[in-house]
Amino acid sequence: MGRKKSPVSEGILKGEFFMSGDIACAEGALSAGCRFFAGYPITPATEIAERMAERMPQLGGVYIQMEDEIASMNAVLGASWGGLRAMTATSGPGFSLMMENLGLGIMTETPCVLVNVQRGGPSTGLPTLVGQGDMMQARWGTHGVYEIIALSPSSPQEFFDLTVRAFNLAEKYRIPVLVMADEVVGHMTERVVIPEEVPYFPRRKPNFPPGDYSSFQPGEDLIPPMANAGEGYHIHVTGLTHDERGYPVTDEITQERLVRRLVEKIRGYKKDIIILEEKGVEGAEVVVCSYGISARVGLWAVELARREGIKAGMLRLLTVWPFPQERIREVASKVKAFVVPEINYGQIALEVERSTGGRAEVIPISHMGGGLYEPEDILKAIRKAAR
Amino acid sequence: MSQVEKPTVVPLEHPRESLLREERLPHIWCSGCGIGTALNCFIGALERSGLPLDKVAIVSGIGCTGRAAGYIKLDSFHTTHGRAIPFATGLRLANPELKVVIFSGDGDLIAIGGNHFIHAARRNIDMTVICVNNFNYGMTGGQAGPTTPAMAKTATSPYGNSEHPFNLPYLAAASGAVYVARWTTLHVRRLERALTEALLKEGFSFVEVISPCPTYFDRMNRLGEGLDMMKFYRESSEIAHGLDPRKADIDLGGKIIVGKFIDIEKPTYLDFQQEIQARMEGEPS
Repeated sequence: MGRKKSPVSEGILKGEFFMSGDIACAEGALSAGCRFFAGYPITPATEIAERMAERMPQLGGVYIQMEDEIASMNAVLGASWGGLRAMTATSGPGFSLMMENLGLGIMTETPCVLVNVQRGGPSTGLPTLVGQGDMMQARWGTHGVYEIIALSPSSPQEFFDLTVRAFNLAEKYRIPVLVMADEVVGHMTERVVIPEEVPYFPRRKPNFPPGDYSSFQPGEDLIPPMANAGEGYHIHVTGLTHDERGYPVTDEITQERLVRRLVEKIRGYKKDIIILEEKGVEGAEVVVCSYGISARVGLWAVELARREGIKAGMLRLLTVWPFPQERIREVASKVKAFVVPEINYGQIALEVERSTGGRAEVIPISHMGGGLYEPEDILKAIRKAAR
Repeated sequence: MSQVEKPTVVPLEHPRESLLREERLPHIWCSGCGIGTALNCFIGALERSGLPLDKVAIVSGIGCTGRAAGYIKLDSFHTTHGRAIPFATGLRLANPELKVVIFSGDGDLIAIGGNHFIHAARRNIDMTVICVNNFNYGMTGGQAGPTTPAMAKTATSPYGNSEHPFNLPYLAAASGAVYVARWTTLHVRRLERALTEALLKEGFSFVEVISPCPTYFDRMNRLGEGLDMMKFYRESSEIAHGLDPRKADIDLGGKIIVGKFIDIEKPTYLDFQQEIQARMEGEPS
């Protein structure tokens, strides 16, 4: 048939590679055991889908291109209940279409991963150019009361690592996990090291027979074990407010019990979920707080400032949601100011400001998208804040 | 004292008990509604089909019919409005041992979910789609939908509907379904047989169930109560197996063509996937 095999066709990759962020994301998912991908072509995330289309059949997994992103998100939820680790990848317009059923995933506690390689918006915006304008949508994009987990990589290596982490957090906390990358990280090509083994948190399975099982009866850790379809448990799963059996009970008491638990099961484990990278924060007067590609430019600015003798530090958010407000507050009492560069008009900057409780100044550095700052832009703000 | 023989006490037991979540009854459906009949026929078909029931999953969307998933004692998923089919697609492809059945209404499957419906049929994904068509949105109070006949009155077409309805068997067939049938809730035995055939059919099978909605559609169009609707179905149904489904349009108060329209063989999505897999394995590296 003349179908050319990729040199990496056999099994899971191991070793050192030179690959783009999007490809690293796909390989991270495969290493993490993802065997179902549903998606719809969209720049700048298409390479993830293309890689999955090539790789899934090699690994006995499923790639399906759905009719739109609404369908993709739903197919991912269905596949998770079918027992596979499942993901989709998209960008702004598709992310908007996925919002309703991201909510279904949260309400039904369905582990899965949703990758957003952000581009400039709103609307069709800048299909091929960078943006970070979806950070608040990640937090609040679906309706109702909830907590979410969102990670943000700054390099192809981290896109790999955080995709693996996203799958494990999804299973551990039974929630869709968002990987909020951006066009630059998605398209830049760098060295990526794929380890022999990656961490693996298996699905929490019920350890009792079908008769005694209530699909949404949580353990003491607030997280219920999950029986898949076809295992004889006769589960009922609904997006309606439901009791521990999974049956709809649409009243105030059930809503309080269910939704409070869905929020607390994330808030209560922030220490486990949140990872930050700090460089020179102790003893700093000015701290740059950022994520994704903006953090890399920010770090360069911090180094330039330190060369000038300014006590500058870097606090990088690898986990953006839940927000590390406790750490920001702690740092706020020791520094003059935070400088927050991001490719939007101030989204995470507002969270930083809220978290400081007025203890330190917060200087947003805004960029509407389509490009990056010069380190000099950030350096100017650091100098001003240090004065 | 004369000895009176005590009558034998027969415990009340629903004949479909084994497949209903009894603790969830009574159901929400109105008196005279046809959804219960459709569900009853479906459960009968499930039993007749001989399918291993632990491997059957029911997926519904939102609406009156969408509540069916919540009453069936099998793995059951009540998803968002219109999205039962893509959810079921993921479920089916992730676990090919599962028989996946979508049980939902006309508004859910054909309006908000219409795109998913045609694409699942086109892909010939292995699933059975049962659409209870009552010509309006019952759950929200009887609004017009994609199957509401032209000139019919509903809560949102108080002077008459100025849109043409979809002819569902024609839509399904044109989109690629390999099995297409339509029956009314009067035709319980034929409906149960059609549902059994659909369940056992490889590929995308579709059964439309014409149902009364005495509370909204039938009242607003002065068609009568539930029993009147049964009489109407008896008088105006015309069985036409094998008919070209484009001739199966439904007009307000007009005849209802029922029967099995399509029953063909075609490779399914998974058949193609298996062929690709076999080719890849047969290829020298």
